[in-house]
Amino acid sequence: MSSPASSAPLLNTPLNALHIELGARMVPFAGYSMPVQYPSGLMAEHHHTRTAAGLFDVSHMGQLKLVGPDAAAAFETLIPVDVIDLPVGKQRYGLLLNDEGGIIDDLMFFNQGVVDGEPTLFVIVNGACKVEDIAHIQARIGQSCQVVPMPDHALLALQGPQAVTALARLAPAVAQLVFMTGGTFTIAGCDCFVTRSGYTGEDGFEISVPAAQADTLARALLAQPEVKPIGLGARNSLRLEAGLCLYGNDIDTTTTPPEAALNWAIQKVRRTGGARAGGFPGAGKVLAQIDQPASLPRKRVGLIALERIPVREHTELQSSDGTRIGEVTSGLLGPTVDQPVAMGYVTPAFAAAGSRVNAIVRGKAVPMEVAPMPFTPARYHRG
Amino acid sequence: MTIKFSKDHEWIDIADHQAATVGITVHAQDALGDVVFVDLPAVGTTFAQGDVAGVVESVKAAADVFMPISGEIVEVNEALRADPALANSDPLGAGWFFKVRVSDLAQFDALMDEPAYAEFAKNA
Repeated sequence: MSSPASSAPLLNTPLNALHIELGARMVPFAGYSMPVQYPSGLMAEHHHTRTAAGLFDVSHMGQLKLVGPDAAAAFETLIPVDVIDLPVGKQRYGLLLNDEGGIIDDLMFFNQGVVDGEPTLFVIVNGACKVEDIAHIQARIGQSCQVVPMPDHALLALQGPQAVTALARLAPAVAQLVFMTGGTFTIAGCDCFVTRSGYTGEDGFEISVPAAQADTLARALLAQPEVKPIGLGARNSLRLEAGLCLYGNDIDTTTTPPEAALNWAIQKVRRTGGARAGGFPGAGKVLAQIDQPASLPRKRVGLIALERIPVREHTELQSSDGTRIGEVTSGLLGPTVDQPVAMGYVTPAFAAAGSRVNAIVRGKAVPMEVAPMPFTPARYHRG
Repeated sequence: MTIKFSKDHEWIDIADHQAATVGITVHAQDALGDVVFVDLPAVGTTFAQGDVAGVVESVKAAADVFMPISGEIVEVNEALRADPALANSDPLGAGWFFKVRVSDLAQFDALMDEPAYAEFAKNA
């Protein structure tokens, strides 16, 4: 949950008054004053999201549109992902790369098809990265398509096994969506763009809504019996159990997609031998790492501590002979798995599931085992 | 009044100075959030005032537990080790951390009483 230190005054999301009314503890995050938890606390909020439905304010995240007939082709020059063939109405995960193949940001993009006469991609990027991301996108492809930031929109996430029950009560048609699809819906009188996706490993939705309607929408969702407000603290524990990366912790400009075990996000068409192989920043390095996995200097893995001791970010990992072999990038006691879980980078010799390493916690070796992720089974609604 | 408070947000109750009870304050557990792990010292260990005697980890952060007073550890709270959430639900009672044989009662007198600590915590 790192964000650059700044002396600039904190921004508020359109739901700030609601957070305070609900008794949230507000903290600075990505330049915004954000709710880290509500009075029920992180553990209860985590469990509520896994068993019912949680409402998250993620309005700090950056929303933008890429508009024009060449938008998809242009966006492919920035990310190692198949944009051109993404069907209308579908969403995909992407990675903005720098010229060394390092990850500038991770993002979601959605093909909205033709909107107001123009092919349109809707993109969501991380809050802490959005200013630099939009400048980068504008500088690299601003000649090929319109780059349209959407600072007048809030973003809410409704996550959990009962999210569909709660949302479909207000807009029955959302129940027809499957994972990574979406569309336009009117919910509680608000003009919403809804995708069936999220960052908790649970079924759920993300809802983009005009800022002026966000409070109305949030109150309508919180009025549903399944729904409680959830802070950033539980968002972090939920996403870690789901094996999902936090930008700035688990991936950054020094990590490439193969090192970050994100090859699944690079479709075959963009890989060596594919019809549109390469053609993205850092392609030479990234494709060589995919083709020769043994060349990787390190790899992101999941880790479970074998003693009940949380192992946090920046904790050194050693082999049994005391050699440094890596570092933890995120770690906590997973509330659902009820075990200390982490992710981190290790040298390839220790990357196989079942490998044993030692985490050095306050000078003491805590044994950990490399484990497959996610730590909790994904429960996306794939239809 | 047998309970006093340290600037590191521990409380100590010397009702029995052969086994004075130490824990973290309501303010400390509130600032930490949900406690998920405690590391307690070994019985028989002697610490000076201000030494790190244990660790308390919440979902948000890890914090050292300092000795509010010099002495020897005579008992640790095994129930807390098994259920660290006791530090949140009953920080001044069932969520105690350890008991100390106090070696210098004068150190106790220099700690804050309840009103002084309340004022200190308000500004912390």
